[in-house]
Amino acid sequence: MREEISDMSEDDETGERARWAPDLSKNRSDDSDSGPGPPIGDSPPPFSDQILENVLENVLEFLTSRRDRNSASAVCRSWYRAEAQTRRELFIGNCYAVAPHRAVERFQSIKSVVLKGKPRFADFNLVPFGWGAHFEPWVKSFGAAYRHLERICLKRMSVTDKDLTIIAESFPLFKDLTLICCEGFSTFGLAVIAERCRHLRVLDLIEDYLEDEDDEVVDWISRFPETTTSLESLVFDCVSCPFNFDALERLVARSPSLQRLRVNHHVALEQLRRLMARAPQLTHLGTGTFRSGAGFGEVDPNLDLVSAFGASRSLVCLSGFREIEPEFLPAIYPICANLTSLNFSFANLTAEELNPVIRRCHNLQTFWVLDSVGDEGLQAVAETCRDLRELRVFPLDPSEDSDSSVSDIGLQFISEGCRKLRSILYFCQRMTNAAVVAMSKNCPDLVVFRLCIMGRHLPDRITGEPMDAGFRAIVMNCKKLTRLSVSGLLTDKAFEYIGCYGKLIRTLSVAFAGDSDGGLRYVLEGCTRLQKLEIRDSPFGDASLISGLPFYYNMRFLWMSSCNLSMRGCKEVARNKPNLVVEVIRDGVEEEEEEEIEAVEKLYLYRSLAGARTDAPAFVKIL
Amino acid sequence: MEEMQPKLLDLIPNERGWGVKANDRERKIGGGFGVREEKKLELRLGLPGEEDWNANRKKTEGLCANVNPPFSLGLFGASQTKQEGLITGEAQKIHAKADNQTSIVERKAIAHAATSPAAAPLPSNSRAANAPVVGWPPVRSFRRNLASTSKTVLEPQKWASGTSAKFDNSTKGLFVKINMDGVPIGRKIDLKAYDSYDKLSSAVDQLFRGLLADQRSEIGTEKNVEEKGKAIQGLLDGSGEYTLVYEDDEGDKMLVGDVPWEMFVSTAKRLRVLKSSDLSASTLRTTSRKRAATEC
Repeated sequence: MREEISDMSEDDETGERARWAPDLSKNRSDDSDSGPGPPIGDSPPPFSDQILENVLENVLEFLTSRRDRNSASAVCRSWYRAEAQTRRELFIGNCYAVAPHRAVERFQSIKSVVLKGKPRFADFNLVPFGWGAHFEPWVKSFGAAYRHLERICLKRMSVTDKDLTIIAESFPLFKDLTLICCEGFSTFGLAVIAERCRHLRVLDLIEDYLEDEDDEVVDWISRFPETTTSLESLVFDCVSCPFNFDALERLVARSPSLQRLRVNHHVALEQLRRLMARAPQLTHLGTGTFRSGAGFGEVDPNLDLVSAFGASRSLVCLSGFREIEPEFLPAIYPICANLTSLNFSFANLTAEELNPVIRRCHNLQTFWVLDSVGDEGLQAVAETCRDLRELRVFPLDPSEDSDSSVSDIGLQFISEGCRKLRSILYFCQRMTNAAVVAMSKNCPDLVVFRLCIMGRHLPDRITGEPMDAGFRAIVMNCKKLTRLSVSGLLTDKAFEYIGCYGKLIRTLSVAFAGDSDGGLRYVLEGCTRLQKLEIRDSPFGDASLISGLPFYYNMRFLWMSSCNLSMRGCKEVARNKPNLVVEVIRDGVEEEEEEEIEAVEKLYLYRSLAGARTDAPAFVKIL
Repeated sequence: MEEMQPKLLDLIPNERGWGVKANDRERKIGGGFGVREEKKLELRLGLPGEEDWNANRKKTEGLCANVNPPFSLGLFGASQTKQEGLITGEAQKIHAKADNQTSIVERKAIAHAATSPAAAPLPSNSRAANAPVVGWPPVRSFRRNLASTSKTVLEPQKWASGTSAKFDNSTKGLFVKINMDGVPIGRKIDLKAYDSYDKLSSAVDQLFRGLLADQRSEIGTEKNVEEKGKAIQGLLDGSGEYTLVYEDDEGDKMLVGDVPWEMFVSTAKRLRVLKSSDLSASTLRTTSRKRAATEC
């Protein structure tokens, strides 16, 4: 089966692991795309075939699933062409897997782009600054080719103000910009977007790092057009610098379609009240802080706040709550029963403070919270939120020896109360196998199980045994599991179980676990649907790396840091697999060093049609 | 694959746990732990003197049962390590990027306030409780320091009234970043504060002169007094040791001084002070092209 760009972009839960065999007869010189598809500039098909293609195009318009489209494109040349003409959304899971010009040559009428860059461990400072994932070459290609582009969604890309300017200038119909975990831009770029994208509906900035310093902040909120806007969503809680509140209030007042608004922490309750009064139709609200501001002269903000929330009958999602003053929480009681999503993960609340709120949230499906609420708080959640689908418990003090008050007991409560749970992220200090086993049995619908026992190599706190048994139960009993993060003391046995039972797992995160090469081998050989594997500080060496050679083409990437790899092993991989890019990342290197260090600290390897990238900094060595 | 194993066993030193080489060549993994200290204080799975890391499971489990958590070892001269780690970490951040952006460096320094670079891989059942590791627990930076957030100052911001269509900074300063070869941390300079190239040049001299002297004196010369006083001259005409260049809004690198001052101020996005010997031919070509363009 011939697959190229289509499988490069595949990020589908049900992706089959057909052995991906690249077409090595491809002519790689210059830009002629003589791959499995027809070259551009092919002579047009005969007239009767053209009619057939037109009909086909009309039919294929309705195909939206990526996987279906990839399959359709592989049927024959005619279908390939028709599918390429009718694809509207371009998904690229690894920006270095394919060159921009190839994507643009094949798909000519794209309206929506999703592009992902850095490996996930970049979020935890494991990828040095300046590694790459620059949006620039992409935006330039898109700017030239996709006149009708409406939506761009980027994750972990490096985006500059200049890139944002190109977006604003190139796409007259642009509607939707979503930036997740990106960096490199500032309020200047936001101002350009606000001012020039006249049809903007969505501006979602989620967990980005902005470049601003105090003397450079631009009043971007004022740049939105003075007329009624078509804004539906404005999310900027990650923009840490102050903004023009009056301008925001006016903006909200002239945005009748606004449904989602998440402000940053420069907003106090008095101001929140004003915003809510302007937008009673909001469905998603991020409060910024949740405390009274100083010196605003309002006499009794609490009363007004109660009526403000009372009037917001459409609210289903609340977040923010930074610097929370719990005495104001009663204001949200009237709407708790309507909430399907509540994010308290920045609110330092005790179980007592949480209780009256959570007891009213019968319909909650998504709940994010800090471990300050303790096992007792989780018990209240378990008893009330019977419909809960997603739970995330974050650490108030994310260090290994903090006093976390959530433990296996809280997990047990949740497993007994929230039977429909699909996704859980749980940070704790102590855990038992029994609790994990209980969760595996009580919550069979689990798709995502991420357990982070913050102390490294910690065994079961009661039995002293490794956590192998718990994770074994998870992979055995949760038959829909696609994402797994492991922690605690784990031997190779744990990986044997994962390889044996975790047949649907697409994403696996491993840290401080395993005994030997065998562990990694089990996973590579057993997890046939594995797409993303990220490992740190585990004793896997060259032998295990090489054992995975037959499988790497079927994965999006492999990340291994602080393991037992050497240049010899990595070079072996690079030598054997020409369509894999093997990056060795070294910290603190500015120029090419003459002496080559044999030990490999960080390895990032990924399949790619584009070959070695040309924008790699000095500390990245591509083998 | 089987035939690989004999060779790979050679890679695993015969007396150490996985990860740290037996010879004294320092692994570039942050340098937080000295090899000697590790050997002395190492705790690992298996009986003392046991060398094989493929410990069979019985031994593993047996030993784990004996381990009493929490296992606060205070090993590896923890405080010293942390200090070393911190110093290495800070140094690492400072040298992080040739194209230094101060804000990123500062932000990362804050984020890494208590972490050392990736520690040497530890044996399974030891917990150096006082030596934190980069990126662990895996929580994003903005989730750290939640317990001790200071209250945000919520003053109403004074924003310039009126909406201007273009983004001119006529009322505010025009700060651009300026980096100098050999000085890791860049600076910022307000172009609006000067009205001519000469003034800019002397400002750059003032800005970096002291820094450069400090750098040099660290290397070990005794000429501190002299060095401190040595001015940075000839920035604009190529006659000095350093030359001032800038990057314009199209990303091209240009020699400072070619275009009229006003045009320079409106198009310059950042400045660099390069060693004159480093100016490549290609840079000059760009300049002459632009020069020709402005003359037309």
